[in-house]
Amino acid sequence: MPLQSLDIRRRSATTIQPPAARVEAIPEVAKLIDTTKCIGCKACQVACMEWNDLRDEIGINAGVYDNPPDLSSQSWTVMRYAEYENPKGDLEWLIRKDGCMHCDDPGCLKACPSPGAIVQYANGIVDFQEENCIGCGYCISGCPFDVPRISKKDKKVYKCTLCSDRVAVGLEPACVKACPTGCITFGRKDQLQHDAAERVVELKTRGFDQAGLYDPQGVGGTHVMYVLHHADDPTLYSGLPKEPKISPFVRLWKGAVKPLALGAMAFVALAGFLNMVRGGASETTAKDEEAAQREKEKMHV
Amino acid sequence: MTNHWVDIKNADVVLVMGGNAAEAHPCGFKWVIEAKQHNNAKLIVVDPRFTRTAAVADLYVPIRSGTDIIFLGGVIKYLLDYDFINHEYVKNYTDFTFIVREDFNFADGFYSGWDSDKNTYDKASWDYEKGPDGFVKTDPTLKHPRCVGNLMKKHYAAYTPEMVERACGSPRDKFLQTCKLLATCCATDRVATMLYALGWCHHSVGTQNVRIGAMVQLLMGNIGAAGGGTQALRGHSNVQGLTDLGLLSNQLPGYLTLPNDPEQDYGAFIEKRTRKPLRKNQMSYWQNYSKFHVSLMKSWWGAAATAQNNWCYDYLPKHDKQYDVLQQMDMMFNGEMNGFICQGFNPLATVPDKARTTEALSKLKYLVVMDPLAVETAEFWQSHGAYNDVDASKIATEVFRLPSGCFAEEDGAIVNSSRWLQWHWAGAKPPGEARLDIEFMSELFLHLRKLYQTEGGAYPDPILNLSWPYAHAHEPTPEEIAKEYNGKALVDLADPKDPTKIVRKAGEQVAGFGELKDDGSTACGCWIYAGCWTEAGNAMARRDNSDPTGIGQTRNWSWAWPANRRILYNRASCDLAGKPFNQSRKLIEWNGKTWSGVDVPDFKADEDPANGMGPFIMQPEGVARFFGGGSMAEGPFPVHYEPFESPVGYNPLFPDKKDAVNNPAARVFKRDRESLGKKEEFPHVATTYRLTEHFHYWTEHSHLNQVVQPQQFVEIGEGLAKEVGVKAGDWVKVSSNRGSINAVAVVTKRIKVMQIEGKPVHHVGIPIHWGFKALGKPGYIANTLTVAIGDANSQTPEFKSFLVKVERA
Repeated sequence: MPLQSLDIRRRSATTIQPPAARVEAIPEVAKLIDTTKCIGCKACQVACMEWNDLRDEIGINAGVYDNPPDLSSQSWTVMRYAEYENPKGDLEWLIRKDGCMHCDDPGCLKACPSPGAIVQYANGIVDFQEENCIGCGYCISGCPFDVPRISKKDKKVYKCTLCSDRVAVGLEPACVKACPTGCITFGRKDQLQHDAAERVVELKTRGFDQAGLYDPQGVGGTHVMYVLHHADDPTLYSGLPKEPKISPFVRLWKGAVKPLALGAMAFVALAGFLNMVRGGASETTAKDEEAAQREKEKMHV
Repeated sequence: MTNHWVDIKNADVVLVMGGNAAEAHPCGFKWVIEAKQHNNAKLIVVDPRFTRTAAVADLYVPIRSGTDIIFLGGVIKYLLDYDFINHEYVKNYTDFTFIVREDFNFADGFYSGWDSDKNTYDKASWDYEKGPDGFVKTDPTLKHPRCVGNLMKKHYAAYTPEMVERACGSPRDKFLQTCKLLATCCATDRVATMLYALGWCHHSVGTQNVRIGAMVQLLMGNIGAAGGGTQALRGHSNVQGLTDLGLLSNQLPGYLTLPNDPEQDYGAFIEKRTRKPLRKNQMSYWQNYSKFHVSLMKSWWGAAATAQNNWCYDYLPKHDKQYDVLQQMDMMFNGEMNGFICQGFNPLATVPDKARTTEALSKLKYLVVMDPLAVETAEFWQSHGAYNDVDASKIATEVFRLPSGCFAEEDGAIVNSSRWLQWHWAGAKPPGEARLDIEFMSELFLHLRKLYQTEGGAYPDPILNLSWPYAHAHEPTPEEIAKEYNGKALVDLADPKDPTKIVRKAGEQVAGFGELKDDGSTACGCWIYAGCWTEAGNAMARRDNSDPTGIGQTRNWSWAWPANRRILYNRASCDLAGKPFNQSRKLIEWNGKTWSGVDVPDFKADEDPANGMGPFIMQPEGVARFFGGGSMAEGPFPVHYEPFESPVGYNPLFPDKKDAVNNPAARVFKRDRESLGKKEEFPHVATTYRLTEHFHYWTEHSHLNQVVQPQQFVEIGEGLAKEVGVKAGDWVKVSSNRGSINAVAVVTKRIKVMQIEGKPVHHVGIPIHWGFKALGKPGYIANTLTVAIGDANSQTPEFKSFLVKVERA
């Protein structure tokens, strides 16, 4: 099964499509996270750090189990713990492994202005190519799940690669290998959808009437899917969006405004070039940074 | 474990109580998930906190720490009252029908034989009634008022759902749901398993917590069956091996015992342990005791062990008392112990009442710490601010540190909870000057022996004559030691049925403990390990995981003691005639001539079931015991006693009996009695435990573990947080009568206030794992707070239940 194919389906900021002759033969892959089997052990977090050579800082305890408290350029996956009292009055501890969802219609890729900084492989994995990243942060605003993070060290953006390097040689992602309860599985997406359907049937016999698969169609489906006890309200799982969509700004950016934007970019590039020729790159001032930050925040709308 | 990890998948109901398997045993816990997903099993969690295990449970029931016996006594009452018992099993495979002595009695919290002046029990009346033939009397009609079943019914009559609700704080409906779910497993086509760990053991009634769990399983006929049993989940990767090899002060390898001080006579010592059958035609396997003991002595002292010197009986110390760690610290404290060698042990952090430990270690002349890590104990004398507030100028103990290798740097077997001896291979060499533990211990022994040889000394014989047959005296290999545990023939061994036939040549490894002799012709370092390394090679290194019947009986994966038997008491999975109670997960059966199946029969291989031999072959009765006789310190049936620090202050079962509040048989040193706090001053119930992100006090030194759980915290419920005036992330001070710690508060819905005897009681969860040597953020040693009083039988400290006060820091 050629899951390992790294044929590229899409490339950011590139109008010429990559060769696509073989694409249809390559099955789409997915990671299925069954939250109903998750014990929140964080083995996936540690395996991710080990395989990807990430070493986050030793932080603090902020009064919760979540640690590190959020995704970062050094933590591509984190467990999020939510305490939920159901209508029967019983407590449920809803634990969700958070990280890149590998959208089939990736908002990050659409938003990215740098050619080839974000690619989507034929098997569905969305991967960042940091050497092409210009650190603009547009992917962050483009992401409906708030996943990519800029590194303070090199100002480039990082996120889960779905272990594309492992998948390329026929291995499962590191988190899948480390998961002790079989809560995380990896394989063909259609097979995992079938497995999830079986899980949902079983969960309904245990009283979870609203159990279901999270594979949101607003982003074309995802290559990381969840089995949820409460598929009717994903927000219970530490704010998993109910109907994620690519932000209207990104759609606009990729739609009507795109030719204008490209024109503007060409102008910026030219201006930058002239600036370089005239006196070299200038340092940004604190004011500039603030203005950029404001711009960024606006884009989040 | 009576069964093994993989076998959990066969269960229909899984009760996790006195443990938090998902947290502490996440890898083994996969088999619980497997049981849920593929066997439609129901998972019940009973715990003071809503744990990680509870996160995937079908039913969570809160319980006040230290009241497990009331809860399980309530389950026993339910099963008996509503007749949810496996009658065939209980009648034939347990002592349910046995008649107890007339002078046996239980009233107001005490069994017969209590001497309130000496605070001790005379256990003579704790016995079955015996006939003139020496066999026990039974009443199969169960009409006799003193048969065990009726006594038990009477004993647990007060353990009602109402009592459970008000003393344990477990809501009645949740308790009854638990009973109903468990009760379904008294049917022969259903089976329940119980997973427990230190949440049962770390109490002053710890051993009885375990017993009462087993009693529930026996009533339903679940011991011996695939998917059944009671599973002790071992907390330290080789702690099963530690107990197997007898690394306890009163034990010898293979659960043989050291003589007591009065046992100066070898013959009497052996006779007492060679237990005669209490019923007709019972195996009573300990009748072979002398074979295991003599083979051990031959393994240790070789040619020096002879019949003339009673196999070196005089070499063995005769213990006058248990030298457990609490006793040792008390002895140091009193100046009775001057030197201390810690091997892979961090007592400053792991022993209760840190102030007591510090004071004890300060009185030593020398302390040797052999460890791969820079453990706190080695720096107990050094000031680390508030985390270790000592005055080094006042401590004269000389500390030696020996950097040792760790498990991943040596070959050898690790015994897991399933009793599997799994051979592993070194992944790397120890760094720098570090050396493996075997090398340190060998060097120490050779040096001591040399000193005795050159300078003499008091009774040097046990040291001088110790057998040391290793190719390189300074570095015995794990292979050599493993072979020694397995045992070998010292002379040619003949077939007992045909003396002309040699079945084992001198020098060959024995195939099993059945070949061991008490005439000095065999040597064996640990009889239960016989079979692990035979003439066929190292069975522990086997890695064939084929599972021909699909019920997880991978008999060719590593090797399980005893005799590669995967499920203990498996004879009890069959009915009287030898047919499996449950055909869909059968282990063994009687085919008319022999017992055979997918497991090694725990029975005499050719014993016709018609002859009435009981399935519990280690017991002189041949059956399992509800009535514990004199085997336990505090009595034959488990009784609820409050933790030594109780939020109630009286025993809800005997509210007027002031002397029956706590376990009367517990050993309490004066200093520790004085260290107890009162509920008025310390109103909150605290319990200590481990987190899945960390391993004991090792991973505080590891970056990745610290990243995922970076800082010391305590867990409190929202109600207590409100009372104290803190929110999640604020600092709190937690004090007991022995000291205090400061930590971040995790405020959670997972710990709820309980109504105990009509009053609100809050629990405080205190993870261990941090010390002043922690990477990143140092923490306080959690055992600053705990009580140095242990279980009356094992002396395991009461880490799981004590009183504290929580305040804003």
